[in-house]
Amino acid sequence: MNTEELLTKLAECVEFGKVNKAAPFPPAMKGQDGADELAKLAVEMGIKPTDILNEALILAMDKVGDKFTQKKIFVPQMLIAAKAMNAAMAHLVPFFKSGEVKRKGTFIIGTVAGDLHDIGKNLVAMIVEGAGWEVIDLGVDVSAAKFKKCIQDNPTAIVGLSALLTTTMQSMQKIAAEIKAEFPDIKLIVGGAPVTDDFSKEIGATGYSSDPQGAVTLLNSLVA
Amino acid sequence: MNTIAEKIKAGAILISDGAWGTFLQQMGLQPGECPESWNLKYPDKVLKIAQSYIDAGSDMIETNSFGGTSFKLSNFGLQDQVFELNKAAAEISRKAAGPNKHVLGSIGPTGKMLVMGDVSYEQLYEAFKEQALGLAAGGVDAIVIETMTDLEEAKAAVSASKENTNCEVICTMTFDKGPDGDFHTMMGVSPAEMVEQMVDAGAAILGANCGNGMENMIGIAAEIRKTNATIPLLIHANAGAPVYKNGETLFLETPEQMAGFVNELTSAGANIIGGCCGTTPDHIKQMAEVVKKMN
Ligand code: B12
Ligand SMILES: [Zn+2]
Repeated sequence: MNTEELLTKLAECVEFGKVNKAAPFPPAMKGQDGADELAKLAVEMGIKPTDILNEALILAMDKVGDKFTQKKIFVPQMLIAAKAMNAAMAHLVPFFKSGEVKRKGTFIIGTVAGDLHDIGKNLVAMIVEGAGWEVIDLGVDVSAAKFKKCIQDNPTAIVGLSALLTTTMQSMQKIAAEIKAEFPDIKLIVGGAPVTDDFSKEIGATGYSSDPQGAVTLLNSLVA
Repeated sequence: MNTIAEKIKAGAILISDGAWGTFLQQMGLQPGECPESWNLKYPDKVLKIAQSYIDAGSDMIETNSFGGTSFKLSNFGLQDQVFELNKAAAEISRKAAGPNKHVLGSIGPTGKMLVMGDVSYEQLYEAFKEQALGLAAGGVDAIVIETMTDLEEAKAAVSASKENTNCEVICTMTFDKGPDGDFHTMMGVSPAEMVEQMVDAGAAILGANCGNGMENMIGIAAEIRKTNATIPLLIHANAGAPVYKNGETLFLETPEQMAGFVNELTSAGANIIGGCCGTTPDHIKQMAEVVKKMN
């Protein structure tokens, strides 16, 4: 297999959620090498880690994000694709650490205090990571204090807040205000089913997106 | 008393109840408070909700037990009270319904995802079984598994209810409309797939709840009917699409507007009509009046 074939194959594994050889899903790829084996092979063959990232993983997650936005695929397919991406990404971690592969930036994301919904937040985290960002996921029910501590440790990061309840939209507003009071220059993006563009403006956020692919576009534009 | 399915086979159109969650909030339920805890703390308030739907003309009412699995109750440290809280929920609704109206024990999703390996099918089955046993002990004659989006989780709930109680089992899922006008749950289940799998699992009545107003529900009912011409069909629509305003979600369709869709919804194949988010006893009353003229 040459470099191009290998990267195409790896991209397919991520797009369709073939995590590793043993994984039974998707049935059409049963018994074949998955994202795990192929990423390992790519590194061993000496393919540049940035090429593996850009020409396989990011390419695939881009397609996955688009299909999800168009409702051609649903939450399970998206989650399984993200799982495959993570399996491949594990082989690239040493190169991120050494600084050989540069991330586009750091993204801190969490579901705001009082809110336990994390499916949408997780999808955003996965797609943003797949798009070449370092993601710090603070989980659910995250307080302003916890966000602020993390920003202190990562002062150049962009922050993402997720809320799924009307009651916690108010919590989002409070947290945004507290963060901005302490870090006036921070870039803050918001999302979640009940959140709207108008609401994001009202609370002084930098931007809003209704889906993960839009979040990537937005983030990329903020560092461009 | 005949079963709900028997009444429908005999040609009846039936009315069920409206929203519970928003009603509880109006009566003082706080964000972060467990709705099911009220079955023991404030049974009188819960009874008032049940009674108001019976008074509005419901032929059947649900129970305050949507989040009554050990998985959901564990968010409030109440996982050891599954049986008591569900039994109490059933007793309250039975008190309002009396012996001649139906009580549907409500079972909602656990919030755990099988695809991600959060839980096993067996763990889900056991949790639903525990809840169903509590509801049955409190006197429900049917169980409604609702707001489901994942087929396997729905199957675990239907099988657990069917195999461990004598209740009639109802299953409804929440569908979203795609850009091409077709319907799928957030996990990708179409109405046709729901029908095939849930009939096999033992559901006697199927349908859709939440996520849509009456207009979309007409499309969903028609899609279900294309797959199965005879299965009794229950529809619980929201009072229109949500409108977000000043940090509040509002469902603004009026009782008159909702009642105006009832004829079209029954023509599309619905046999039982009630409401979900934003519906009130008044919505139920107006819809019941339209149905009264049909029967
Ligand atoms: C699954 C679910 C749950 C699960 C959550 C499991 C989990 N691990 O997340 C459980 C069962 C635990 C749950 C609990 C509750 N829920 Co709930 N839940 C849902 C449901 C069905 C789906 C939410 C979801 O995951 N959608 C799919 C994801 C992919 O979409 P998403 O979250 O919107 O995210 C997308 C975008 O918004 C965006 N996005 C999200 N975050 C961010 C962040 C940024 C920065 C950006 C840019 C973009 C972005 O990208 C995502 C991908 O496209 C919705 C109904 C619905 N259909 O929306 C109700 C819903 C959100 N829940 C609701 C309620 C009321 C509750 C409870 C209060 C119920 C109760 N009485 O127990 C509790 C609250 C618990 C709490 N304190 O948080 C209501 C909210 C009403 C309101 N507007 O206030 C809803 C709308 C249902 C309803 N109609 O009543 N729920
Ligand atoms: Zn609803």
